[in-house]
Amino acid sequence: MREILTVLEADAHASVERIATLTGIDEASVREQIAAWEASGVIRKYKTVVDWDRFGDQRVTAFVDVTVAPERGRGFDDVAERIARFREIRAVHLVSGAQDLRVEVEGESMKEVADFVAQKLSGVERVTATSTHFLLRRYKDDGQLLIDPEPDQRLSVTP
Amino acid sequence: MAPPAKPFSEVVKTVPPSGIRKFFDLAQSMQGVISLGVGEPDFPTPWSAREAAIHALEHGATTYTSNSGLLELREEVCSDLADRYRVRYRPEDECLITSGVSEGLDLTLRALLNPGDEVIVPEPCYVAYAPCVAFAGGTPVPVALDPADAYRLDPALIGAAVTGRTKAILFGSPSNPTGSAQSADDLRALAALAVEHDLWLLSDEIYDRLTYQGTHTPASAADGAWERTVLLGGFSKSYAMTGWRVGYVCAPEPLAALMHRIHQYTMLCAPHMSQIAALEAMRTAQDEVEDMVADYDRRRRLFAKGLDELGLTCPEPGGAFYVFPSIRTTGMSSEEFAEGLLTQEKVAVVPGGVFGPSGEGHVRCSYATALPQLEQALERIARFIS
Repeated sequence: MREILTVLEADAHASVERIATLTGIDEASVREQIAAWEASGVIRKYKTVVDWDRFGDQRVTAFVDVTVAPERGRGFDDVAERIARFREIRAVHLVSGAQDLRVEVEGESMKEVADFVAQKLSGVERVTATSTHFLLRRYKDDGQLLIDPEPDQRLSVTP
Repeated sequence: MAPPAKPFSEVVKTVPPSGIRKFFDLAQSMQGVISLGVGEPDFPTPWSAREAAIHALEHGATTYTSNSGLLELREEVCSDLADRYRVRYRPEDECLITSGVSEGLDLTLRALLNPGDEVIVPEPCYVAYAPCVAFAGGTPVPVALDPADAYRLDPALIGAAVTGRTKAILFGSPSNPTGSAQSADDLRALAALAVEHDLWLLSDEIYDRLTYQGTHTPASAADGAWERTVLLGGFSKSYAMTGWRVGYVCAPEPLAALMHRIHQYTMLCAPHMSQIAALEAMRTAQDEVEDMVADYDRRRRLFAKGLDELGLTCPEPGGAFYVFPSIRTTGMSSEEFAEGLLTQEKVAVVPGGVFGPSGEGHVRCSYATALPQLEQALERIARFIS
């Protein structure tokens, strides 16, 4: 059954028939299992990975390390949730190390991202410091290599 | 100046060149070919192994190793065989690191055979088996396996070919070209036959990790088999390391010692950096191996189903990355089929006759190719046979 998820994770478009062929599980079971996973939230959603750069959109990403004064009894949760609700925020993670939260901010320009960090993020209650790292180039994202694939160097017919 | 007029080796002259060569030349001369003719993984070697080799080169691992190979690698191989399959070999004197299974097979046959000794070679089989027997001074005795019986190593068929000169049975499971994997029961029966006639079992297990229905059974695991079995294995297929030329052979000590003697005078050792890469692959790339196997399995299902829908039937392939469909319904010989498919539709397959007379009427298709190419190849094959 796990195999169904592997196929869907690589190709959200895969039809029930194709999944059945690739996994050797019959179509009815595949359909039933996917419906069950959609209902239970194992399958969160089907999403398209878009290369916005290639489309022509200029987007700027920054990783911001955020230092937080945690709240008694609530720890980091309230602050993290407050930050996460901003539209500009793509991801929020609580991490170990010198800072507390590592967040990903996206905007249409460096100025937009800088303004957001300066005016919104750093102003959130209990945020005591921020350290911003603008993304220069992605080499691998979400487990996917973004560098050119290695050419197939195999000879066309071998024993 | 002409070369000396004295004749070349009579043995070598009588062995024909590989029938694969012709298709290679033809396919190389064409553009836009989808090749199902490749006998090696389409994945690159796991990065951890490549990175370890680069590091090793930077730090001077450019020397010979001991003839037997790095002890650490032999220890890793032997403990892996023990953990995975419960077959036990001593790394010190029952395991030898070779330059691929190819060298291991050559050593085995040269250490074992006297002129005129017969080796039963069930076919269709890997192209090098019979020539290597001949090069070592032996006589290959082909035994045709039955496609209707999923190319099972049927002890009755093999037993019928045993004579007073028979010394060994040489086979690969999972098989190149048929993709069949032998069951534990059949291997037990084969071991009993070997005991009865006092024969060696030469077992090519290079595709051991690429099995899709249950796990692999080594020939030496059967009762009474260990003492008379040579286990030939390697990294080329499991870890996608064909070009590194590194493998191993495990055998009882008296035979292993003789093989070691040939190896020390001819190869000296397998490439040092390749041994380091193989060791790293065994230690760190197991998840990658599992991912590759899962990927092959999906392609196998899709491709076998596609061929079946075209009326090109084949027994469900249980291992390696080959299917070996019958093309008899087309009325063509396997060579005509392969040549026509290549020139008309630009899909390269290997005619089955290359792998032995009973491979005629079949072609070998490798599914070590990405899914979109496999789907496109199926469309082209459909167009070709319609």
